[in-house]
Amino acid sequence: MSDIINLTLSALINKIKKKELSSREITNAYITRAEKSKNLNTYITTDFENAIEKAKKFDEKGNFNYKLPGIPLAVKDLFCTNNLKTTAGSKILSNFIPSYESTVTQHLWDEGAILLGKLNCDEFAMGSSNETSFFGNVESPVGKKVVPGGSSGGSASALAGKLTPATIGTDTGGSIRQPASFTGTVGLKPTYGSCSRYGIVAFASSLDQAGPMTQDVSDAALMLDVISKYDTKDSTSVNFKRGDYFKSLSSNIKGKKIGIPKEYRVDGMPKEIENLWQDGITLLKKLGAKIIDISLPHTKYALPAYYIVAPAEASSNLARYDGVKYGYRSEGENLISMYENTRSEGFGDEVKRRIMIGTYVLSSGYYDAYYLKAQKIRRLIKNDFDEAYKSVDVILTPSTPSSAFKIGDKTDDPVSMYLNDIFTVPVNLSGLPAISIPAGKDKNNYPLGLQLIGKAFEEQNLLNISYSMEKELSFKNNLQDWWIK
Amino acid sequence: MSKNKEYLIKRGNSEYEVIIGLEVHAQVLSKSKLFSDSATNFGAEPNTQVSLVDAAFPGMLPVINEFCIKQAVKTGIGLNASINIKSIFDRKNYFYADLPQGYQISQYKDPIVGEGSILLDLPDGEKKVGIERLHLEQDAGKSIHDIDPQNTLVDLNRSGVALMEIVSKPDLRSPEEVNLYIKKLRSIMRYLGTCDGNMQEGSLRADVNVSIRKTGDKKLGTRCEIKNVNSIKFMQMAIEYEANRQADILEEGGSIDQETRLFDTKKNETRSMRSKEDAHDYRYFPDPDLLPLELTEDFISKIKKEIPELPDEKKKRFVDKFKLTPYEANILVSDIETSKYFEDVIKNSDIKLATNWITGELFALLNDRNLEISESPISSKNLSTLINLIKDGTISGKIAKTVFEIMANESKDPKNIIDEKGLKQQSDPKEIEKIVDAVIKENPKNVELFKSGKDKLFGFFVGQVMKKTDGKANPKLVNDILKKKLN
Repeated sequence: MSDIINLTLSALINKIKKKELSSREITNAYITRAEKSKNLNTYITTDFENAIEKAKKFDEKGNFNYKLPGIPLAVKDLFCTNNLKTTAGSKILSNFIPSYESTVTQHLWDEGAILLGKLNCDEFAMGSSNETSFFGNVESPVGKKVVPGGSSGGSASALAGKLTPATIGTDTGGSIRQPASFTGTVGLKPTYGSCSRYGIVAFASSLDQAGPMTQDVSDAALMLDVISKYDTKDSTSVNFKRGDYFKSLSSNIKGKKIGIPKEYRVDGMPKEIENLWQDGITLLKKLGAKIIDISLPHTKYALPAYYIVAPAEASSNLARYDGVKYGYRSEGENLISMYENTRSEGFGDEVKRRIMIGTYVLSSGYYDAYYLKAQKIRRLIKNDFDEAYKSVDVILTPSTPSSAFKIGDKTDDPVSMYLNDIFTVPVNLSGLPAISIPAGKDKNNYPLGLQLIGKAFEEQNLLNISYSMEKELSFKNNLQDWWIK
Repeated sequence: MSKNKEYLIKRGNSEYEVIIGLEVHAQVLSKSKLFSDSATNFGAEPNTQVSLVDAAFPGMLPVINEFCIKQAVKTGIGLNASINIKSIFDRKNYFYADLPQGYQISQYKDPIVGEGSILLDLPDGEKKVGIERLHLEQDAGKSIHDIDPQNTLVDLNRSGVALMEIVSKPDLRSPEEVNLYIKKLRSIMRYLGTCDGNMQEGSLRADVNVSIRKTGDKKLGTRCEIKNVNSIKFMQMAIEYEANRQADILEEGGSIDQETRLFDTKKNETRSMRSKEDAHDYRYFPDPDLLPLELTEDFISKIKKEIPELPDEKKKRFVDKFKLTPYEANILVSDIETSKYFEDVIKNSDIKLATNWITGELFALLNDRNLEISESPISSKNLSTLINLIKDGTISGKIAKTVFEIMANESKDPKNIIDEKGLKQQSDPKEIEKIVDAVIKENPKNVELFKSGKDKLFGFFVGQVMKKTDGKANPKLVNDILKKKLN
């Protein structure tokens, strides 16, 4: 059994195809480990009985040509799953059972994958440490009382702790890449418009994007093959010619031009992050890439712009949770008091904070000064990238300005929490693809990640460069399974 | 326009002009909703035409219904308006139980249609009324307060249905102009097939902006907006009430508060709903779930080719080609079905007679029975036959009325009716002469009186002849022969 959970997704697929392992054996292995790993608090909802049934069925008459044949997967609880509770980490949806399936998860099941359950996340994906979830914080397998990052913290923790062979998260300002970086896993945020947003509980519509979280780069390519598809049900889905990402993986990156943006060398950045970045640069040189210094002059405005645009959209997206149609309702004397009671009891502090910020920046008299200005900055940031991509193929930066921190360390200081997203938000504001790969460790032995940012729709380039780096880095988490009971 | 025809509110020595602008909400004629594929049938069981998108379930996304876009562009062209190649859907945020998303998707700064105009036919000439814009938006659901004594019930069938909001410039000056404006707008949309204009079913409703100013003043007064009025009559009553209310305030030295008011149809008065200070802050911003809508020239030019002849052009053609008076032409073109009926009738019959029969007898009949022209018991073919029978002298105009009445009840070919009832006109001069002779012989006293100058008795003799022929004698022959014999 310990063999099974130590295999990568692609290794598991090979074993299933060769009939060396059955879907039932694999599914059982992950379920057994999950039951011993409750301490991590990764799952909000499990669907183990159904998973075993489905695995049995797959073993009896499954299609072994599928891309994910009989593979059990747990997914972030932001994806609506037909007939299985979908909470978005919130009390207000704590009793919500969708009658429909998100497009992205549907693609997984259509390729033979089996749902294990729904993974914890920050409430409505708002958070960088998985501490805002109504269902409690998640612990990271990398260390006791360490945050897994957020908002896809449950996904990152489950993946690093080997409770699922791979998973999917969503990334609005870094919610895939930052937890991947904190947990020593690979996280890919595809180009905006690659993966359908249909059926994903919305946080900030113009920034939200689903993506794979995996043990290595090959698995990320494989998962991207499955979930990146044009969808007419999402008006922002883009009908571009997608690559055959897994098959086209190549570690030959000779002559690739890598940009190093000077603005990412921020004040107070720990030495270990600086060193990590330098080592990355050295490695890329060794692999035959060309290093080019670039400037992304508006970078410093990205975080403030993000914390206007995202809350603005969120304040409107979350208006539908009003107690009238579904979800949590608190009674009231009249409609208004029912709204007030439902929403004050149903939402947590961080969500309320962002609803208030968003409502404020959209209100008449402030719209031009905040929302409109933030949109202009967003354009400037995008222009910075466009300009840089005239001379480089991808951009290398650290994924986060620090390694994972302890639970409770930043909960009283929202701004220092927000600063965690400083390297990831410019990517969402520009709609670009980016990947975080594990590249080293800090003094506590907590993982550190490097981020590669690509041109729009050029995920293959990103995957190839990170694939070649991964081979050389041969990063290992070496977890002690301290949480297993 | 002469002074005394203007609609003015008089208070003491002051005269106030009434300035009116309308925001008409016209439901787009479309089988499915603006952003979902739910049906839009009127009167369906509550909550049976609701998709996950309409009910705003988590993760549901709007997808533009191209047909509704086409309908809006078509209407824009019909209003002589500029079509905006790029338009933007915005979110208008507010909380209400029948607004599932917590926002309405509408168009705020960049509507799909820009400035245009509508031509009104006033008794003393035409008046051009400016259109400010036309934009697309979602309708809300319906809150029902009077079924359950404790609870408000919500029906989401209407939620997400496409509406065109058509905003006029403040160019209207009287309740009558409002009447003509709404009718003309409705007529154009019915010609285009973009809105059925059915006010009873709520397919057409309006917010009415009213202000007044002293005659001669250039500056506009403070306006009040009367929300959601759903019949022309109520719009006129509301304007009348509101203009007088404002005049009373100004006359007493007060000032008008800018506010939103409701029209109470039972009490015939407007009431304050909310003041400017209490106005919602809708926090408009571009809907991030929808990309800006960009139309191609090709899309627009294809729609242009589908535009039928509209009322104004048709009226011109009727006047020029058929020599109708503008008044007659107006009546015949205001409804597309009527104009079709008319053109069918005159294919094979006299235009002048057809005009008179349609605007006279037929309209009276339809009005009496509350029927649309498409439901007329008398087909255009049968009316055409009837007119030809009058024209060729087979029956008199008077008999034709009798035949028309029978047609109205039996929907038969008038020829068969005439044959069955023996109503054919007597046009043999010799036969009529015999009857005239008999009448003169039978009424010597009246002949005496007539000859002594009592001209009015001529009618008596005509009547007697008609009586003897059951009304079938050719009236012209009767007249001629009587005149000859009596003089």
